[in-house]
Amino acid sequence: MITLRILARGAAIAGVALSSSVAAHAANLSGAGATFPYPIYSDWAKAYQEKTGTGLNYQAIGSGGGIKQIEARTVTFGASDKPLDGAELKKNTLVQFPTVMGGIVPVVHIDGVKPGEMVLDGPTLAKIYEGKITKWNDPEITKLNPGLKLPDAAIAVVYRSDGSGTTFNFTTYLADVLPEWNDNVGVSTSVEWPAGIGAKGNAGVAANVQQTGNSIGYVEYAYALQNHLTYTDMINKAGKKVAPEASAFAAAAENADWSSQPGFGVILANQPGDKTWPMTAATFILMHSDAKDGAASKEALKFFDWAYANGDEMAAKLDYIPMPDKVVAQIKKEWSQIQADGKPVWSMSN
Amino acid sequence: MTAASDIDTRSKNPVAQSDRVFGALTLAAAILVLLVLVGVFISLVMGAWPALQKFGPAFLWTKSWNPVTNKFGAIAPLYGTVVTSIVAMVIAVPVGLGVAIFLTDLCPRVLRRPLGIAIELLAGIPSIIYGIWGLFVFAPFMQSTIQPALIATLGKLPVIGALFAGPPYGIGLFTAGLILAMMILPFIASLSRDIFGTVPPMLREAAYGMGMTRWEVNRHIVIPHVRTALVGGIMLSLGRALGETMAVTFVIGNAHRISGSILAPGTTISAAIANEFNEATTPMYVSSLIALGLVLFILTFIVLACAQWMLRRMKAKAGV
Repeated sequence: MITLRILARGAAIAGVALSSSVAAHAANLSGAGATFPYPIYSDWAKAYQEKTGTGLNYQAIGSGGGIKQIEARTVTFGASDKPLDGAELKKNTLVQFPTVMGGIVPVVHIDGVKPGEMVLDGPTLAKIYEGKITKWNDPEITKLNPGLKLPDAAIAVVYRSDGSGTTFNFTTYLADVLPEWNDNVGVSTSVEWPAGIGAKGNAGVAANVQQTGNSIGYVEYAYALQNHLTYTDMINKAGKKVAPEASAFAAAAENADWSSQPGFGVILANQPGDKTWPMTAATFILMHSDAKDGAASKEALKFFDWAYANGDEMAAKLDYIPMPDKVVAQIKKEWSQIQADGKPVWSMSN
Repeated sequence: MTAASDIDTRSKNPVAQSDRVFGALTLAAAILVLLVLVGVFISLVMGAWPALQKFGPAFLWTKSWNPVTNKFGAIAPLYGTVVTSIVAMVIAVPVGLGVAIFLTDLCPRVLRRPLGIAIELLAGIPSIIYGIWGLFVFAPFMQSTIQPALIATLGKLPVIGALFAGPPYGIGLFTAGLILAMMILPFIASLSRDIFGTVPPMLREAAYGMGMTRWEVNRHIVIPHVRTALVGGIMLSLGRALGETMAVTFVIGNAHRISGSILAPGTTISAAIANEFNEATTPMYVSSLIALGLVLFILTFIVLACAQWMLRRMKAKAGV
């Protein structure tokens, strides 16, 4: 009993020491938001801390939470998978820029179907999620997959039950390919799904698809790879069949006109191009243009500058697509809008 | 003056003084509970106010839960909460009582301690473990074996068939109810075992002496003797089933829908709040989730009130 108590006290002291050291670093840089880029942000932060000693405290609380926190100015930067439009940015005096891109892939669990064997197109995928195509051997699916033996079984549709940037990008794509989607379901970080079962987070959807026979779900590409899920190919806007891979995500970004939207808020869903993966998405950073703590904002921009210059390889390792160099140059021009006391906190010479 | 000097002498008496301090402390603790209860209720009402104002009482029976159009209603999660709890209670109460009767009355002495400890260990497993086990082990088994069997047999019956219709997803209201039953079963079993232990041995011995069977002794002597405590214990378990979050959210399917079939996916109030609170972007969305919490608060209150009422009726009946 006494040893137990001593052990407990030791653990408590260790805990306090640990948390105080974390707090010391957290004072440097703080951000909150999307879960999708969390793995790469934490990798970047680790490498950056080793190099510069500046730590990053990033809370992966979700895009909606990230937007709320930056609007309340409790963090130096917010992160969101859903870009804010020009009016919202202006209203909250926010500057927005993308950091990395990734792909959303449909994943299925059908006995005998291996990764990449099945192909779907946008309207079919939308109708499955609308609950209008209910069986795997529906003519619309078999028509796309002439060689594949598909069961006469009900499709178990799996979606995100929490609000999510992934859902926003996924529903944006479905609305783009099937006009009736907007009337029946709509586009948002969470929607009223007409059919199927909900699961929390990318990991939850992946687990549910793995556990439920004859199911279909949508996850970030990295989750499909890490969990060895059966992803499908897609027919893109150009009518070509594409496999989900880094080059196909990059192709979607190449064709995007980043300057067309305020804050680079380009939606990469259903972009043109023969090799383009149709469900590609960027993830964004939000910072105040009238920063209260100019030094903290400057530190944050230094971190992102370092990440753009040195983080590409780390991103590729985790199946993210780095931003193209010419876009990064545009982003850095945009940084001049981030000001404290009327002066930009960042200058090119830094 | 006499009163003051009374107090004076009393306060000088160390025993009386410590009694007064102790009394004040316990009173403070009791008041604190009340304050917390009232505080929770007030903050729930305040948070839910925008939603209550917009939707009115129709919030309770609106089926839609649509973050795109900002139209929210509580009936789907409310239905899921009630259905899963009913499934859980229907299974866990008889089994739990059976376990308790076995342990107190029938179990060989050698087995009594290991079985008792096993049940207490089961009661101590965190709910997230039940959730993960439910999703990874139990749900696939439900999908491949139990649900097809239910659909093929009970699903074919005329009236109750609709309850067991639809494709086997593996997860859904029924699976969530079963997991809940498993979670509250050790609760009910260990509480009722302790309660049965309070029955004076004389009562049992006298009953056996009169030639009653084991069933008759437990049914007519033991259970009536402790029914107040028993109902209390069962209501405590029901409260746990109503509010359980993590285990349910893993296996219920998190779908804001009401289907006739109990095999279909659904959601409960606490599962919906856990899933959606983080990323609820619009104020009306957040407010509606808090309003859901308020509904659960009131539902739990109603359940407790019903339990009190039942107990009073039982006492009145016994009195006659």
